[in-house]
Amino acid sequence: MKRARLGRLLGTLALAFAGGSMPAWGKSGWDELNMMHGVTNVSTRIYALHMMAFWVCVCIAAVVFGVMIWSLIFHRQSRGAVPDVSLTHSTKVEVVWTAVPVLILVGMAVPAARLLVKINNNTDSQLSIRVTGFQWGWRYQYVGSNVSIISKLSESSTAASMMHSGISPTSVPHYLLSVDHQLVVPVGEKIRLLITSIDVIHSWWVPDLGVKKDAIPGYINQASFTIAPNKPGTYRGQCTELCGRGHAYMPIVVHAVTPAAFEAWLKQKSAAQSEAAAHAPAAAAASS
Amino acid sequence: MAESHATAVHAEHDHKPHGWRRWVFATNHKDIGTMYLILSGFMFFVGGTAAMAIRAQLFKSGMKLFDPAMFNSLTTMHGLIMIFGAIMPSWVGLANWMIPLQVGAPDMALPRLNNLSFWILPFAFCLLIGSFFVPGGAPAGGWTMYPPLLQQFGASFPMLIFAIHLMGISSILGAINVVVTIMNLRAPGMSLLRMPLFVWTWLITAYLLIAVMPVLAGAVTMQLTDHFFGTSFFNAAGGGDPVLFMHVFWFFGHPEVYILILPAFGVISEIIPTFSRKPLFGYEAMVYATASIAFLSFIVWGHHMFTVGMPVAAQLFFMLSTMLIAVPTGVKVFNWVATMWRGSLSFEPPMLFAVAFLFLFSIGGFSGLMLALVPADYQYHGTYFVVAHFHYVLVPGAVFAIMGAVYYWLPKWTGRMYDMSLAKWHFWLSVIFVNVLFFPMHFLGLAGMPRRIPDYAPQFTDWNMVASIGGFIFGASQLLFPYIIWKCVRSGKPVEANSPWDGAHGLEWELPSPAPYHSWQTPPSAAVLAHGAEH
Ligand code: HEM
Ligand SMILES: [Cu+2]
Ligand SMILES: [Cu+2]
Repeated sequence: MKRARLGRLLGTLALAFAGGSMPAWGKSGWDELNMMHGVTNVSTRIYALHMMAFWVCVCIAAVVFGVMIWSLIFHRQSRGAVPDVSLTHSTKVEVVWTAVPVLILVGMAVPAARLLVKINNNTDSQLSIRVTGFQWGWRYQYVGSNVSIISKLSESSTAASMMHSGISPTSVPHYLLSVDHQLVVPVGEKIRLLITSIDVIHSWWVPDLGVKKDAIPGYINQASFTIAPNKPGTYRGQCTELCGRGHAYMPIVVHAVTPAAFEAWLKQKSAAQSEAAAHAPAAAAASS
Repeated sequence: MAESHATAVHAEHDHKPHGWRRWVFATNHKDIGTMYLILSGFMFFVGGTAAMAIRAQLFKSGMKLFDPAMFNSLTTMHGLIMIFGAIMPSWVGLANWMIPLQVGAPDMALPRLNNLSFWILPFAFCLLIGSFFVPGGAPAGGWTMYPPLLQQFGASFPMLIFAIHLMGISSILGAINVVVTIMNLRAPGMSLLRMPLFVWTWLITAYLLIAVMPVLAGAVTMQLTDHFFGTSFFNAAGGGDPVLFMHVFWFFGHPEVYILILPAFGVISEIIPTFSRKPLFGYEAMVYATASIAFLSFIVWGHHMFTVGMPVAAQLFFMLSTMLIAVPTGVKVFNWVATMWRGSLSFEPPMLFAVAFLFLFSIGGFSGLMLALVPADYQYHGTYFVVAHFHYVLVPGAVFAIMGAVYYWLPKWTGRMYDMSLAKWHFWLSVIFVNVLFFPMHFLGLAGMPRRIPDYAPQFTDWNMVASIGGFIFGASQLLFPYIIWKCVRSGKPVEANSPWDGAHGLEWELPSPAPYHSWQTPPSAAVLAHGAEH
C-alpha cells in the first residue's frame, strides 16, 4: 500500500517534470496527470500495469537518451571530435539490442495477457444490465426486473452547454459529467453489462471501473465489473466513440450503493414503474 | 568534388516550356516535385488553420466558439487534410525530386503518369474543402469515417468519398512510378543494397501504398453503395456489420501510418550520417528493419479496435504483433544513435530537426508500446492519450523529418543557401512549443478526457490552456518556414560547391547546385558512383 502510494507520487512527479511543470497540490486541474486507481480490482490492476509500462519506458529512455546526450555533448565537431568512420556495424551489439528488447517485451506481455484474460471473463455475474447507447444518452435496463432508466445530460449542464448560454461551467456541479438519472448498482457484486446501440457506435467508459466497451448497432457486447465493497460512491465517465454533435454531452454516472440499499431502490423503482405503466402505458417507455 | 561534365553541358541548353504550360503540362520530375511540395505546404497551412480553430475552441471549458457540429467538421477535416493533403503529397514531392537524383536517373520512369498523379490532387482537395460550403457542412465523423455515423452527413458524404477515391488514385499512380523508377532506372552498378536509405524506404512505402489504397477505396465505396444503392455491407438493420468497416479501414489505416513515417526514417538516415561525418551504422539492418516493419504493419490493425469486443485470442494476437513492431523500430533508433556515437557532430538546421526527431519520435514509440498493452488500452483508447501518441509520431516525427529534408536539400534545389539563423529560430520555436502543445495531452487523456469533444469538464481546463498556448505559438512559428524558403529562392547566398555539407555523400551531391533541369542524362560512371558512395 505504502509502496504503491510512493510509486504513484513518483510517477506523478516524473510526469509533471516531463511536462515541465510542478503540480500544485490540492484540488486543481494541474493535478489531473495520471490514470486513476479506480474502485475495482481490475481498474487497480490496470493502473499497476500502466505504471509498470511507464517505468519500463522511462528506464529505456534513460539509457537511449543518455547515450544520445553523451554523443551530443562529447562527440561534437566544435570540441574537435574526430569521427570514427570504421564504426559501421557490429554483429554483437546488433544481436544484443534485438534480443534485449524482446525479453523486455515478453516481460510486459505476460502480465498484460493475464489481466486481459481476467477482464474478459464475464461469467458468474450476479446482476445483468442492458446498456443501450443512442444519440445522445444511455438507456439502462435491469435484467429480470421491469426497471428501465433513460440517462441523459443533466438539465443544468445542458443549459450551460448551449451556445451563448452565458452560464459559467464552474458554476454548474459536475459540468458535462452529471446526468438526470444515474445508473444505480450494488457494491461487492459482479455486474455484467450487455452493451449495444440503436443508431451509431458509442462507447461506454467509466475510468474508475476500468470498463470501456463499444456500443455497436447489431452487436451485444459484454463487460463486467465488481466495485470493492468498501467503495460506495459516484463514478463518472463519458462516451468515448465519436457519435455526432452530442458526443460530448452523453456522460455516464454510476452510483454505487450497498447491496441492501440497492435492493430497496430497485424494489421501489420497480413498483413506481409498474404503477406508471398501469396508468399511462404509452408514457411508460419514455419514463425513467 | 568532381564536376560531372556531361550534366554541366546539358544544363546549358535546358529547353523547357515557359509560362503556365511548363506547370500544367509538366513532365519534369523537378517541376512536379516542386508543385507537390508547394501544394502540400499550402494544405499544411489549411489543416493548420483548422487546428488553430480547434485549439481556440478547447482553450477553456465552456468556450463555445463553434457549434459542436462545426467542431466535429473541423477535427475531421484537420485529420484528413494533414494526412492526405500535407504529409503524403510532401513525401511524393520529395520522392520526385530526390529519387532520380539519388539513383542516377534522368527523370521518373513515367513522366506523364507523374503529371496525372499530381494534377488529380488539386481537384481532390477542392472537393474536400468545398464540402464545408454544401448544405449540412463538411463531414464530421472523424478521419476514420466509421459508419453508420458518416452516413448522417448530407451532401458532403459523397464529396468526401470521391475525394478519397481521387487521392487514392493519385497515390497509387505515384507509387507505381516510384517502384518502376527504382527498379529500372538505377545507375549501372547501384545494386539494391547500395541504394540510399531514402530510396529504400520509399520503395517499401510505395508497395504499402499499392497494397492498401485500394482497400480504403473499396471500404468507402461500400459505404457509398450502402447509402445510395440500398446495399447493407455495414448496416446492421440489413444484416450488415459496422465492425467490418473498422477492420477494413484499419487494415488500410495501420500501414497508412507507416506510409507516413517510413520515408521519414529514410530522411533521418540520410541526415544523421552527414552531420555526424560518419557512415550510417548498420545499413543492412536498417533495410531489413524497414522491411519487417512494413510486413508487421499488415497484421497489427486490431490494436485500434481493442474495445469493439473482439475474442480474447484475437486481442492477444494483435497485442503481441503490435509489441513486436517495437523491436525493428528499436533497431532503427539504436542504429541512428550508434551513427552519432563517436562521430563529429555539428548542428545545422537539418541535423537539429533530425535530433529532435530521434528524441520525440521515441516518446511517441513509448506511448505506442503502452497502448499496445490491451488492458491499459482499455483506459487509454478514445482519449487524449491516443491524441498525444499519434501527434508525437506525426508532428515531431513525420513533419519534422519533412522540414529537415527541405533544409537538407533546399541548397541542392535552388543553388542557394537559406538564412541559417532564421532556420534555427524556426527549429527552436517548433521543438519547444510542439512539446508544450502535445505533452500535456498525455495528462489529459490519463485523467479521463475523451478525444473529439468540443467542450469538457472544468477540471481539464488548465492543461488544455497550456496545450492551446503551445499550439498557437507552434502554429505561428510555422509561418517562418515558407518565409525562409521564399527568401532563400529570392536572395539566398549562392552555393558554389556541389554540396554545402562537408559530410554529405550520395549521387545528388555529385551534381552541381542548383541541380540542372535535366540531370543524369547519361548515367553516372562507375567513378562518379564510387565517389558518391565513398565518404
Ligand atoms: C512503436 C510503434 C507504435 C506502436 C506500438 C503504436 C501503437 C498504437 C496503438 C496501440 C494505437 C491505438 C490506440 C487506441 O486507439 O487505443 C495507435 C494509434 C495511432 N497511431 Fe500508433 N503506434 C506506433 C507507431 C506509430 C507511428 C509511427 C505512427 C505514424 C507516424 C502512428 C500513428 C498512429 C495514429 C494516427 C493513431 C490513431 C489513429 C486514430 O485512432 O485516429 N503510430 N498506435
Ligand atoms: Cu459518443
Ligand atoms: Cu496502428
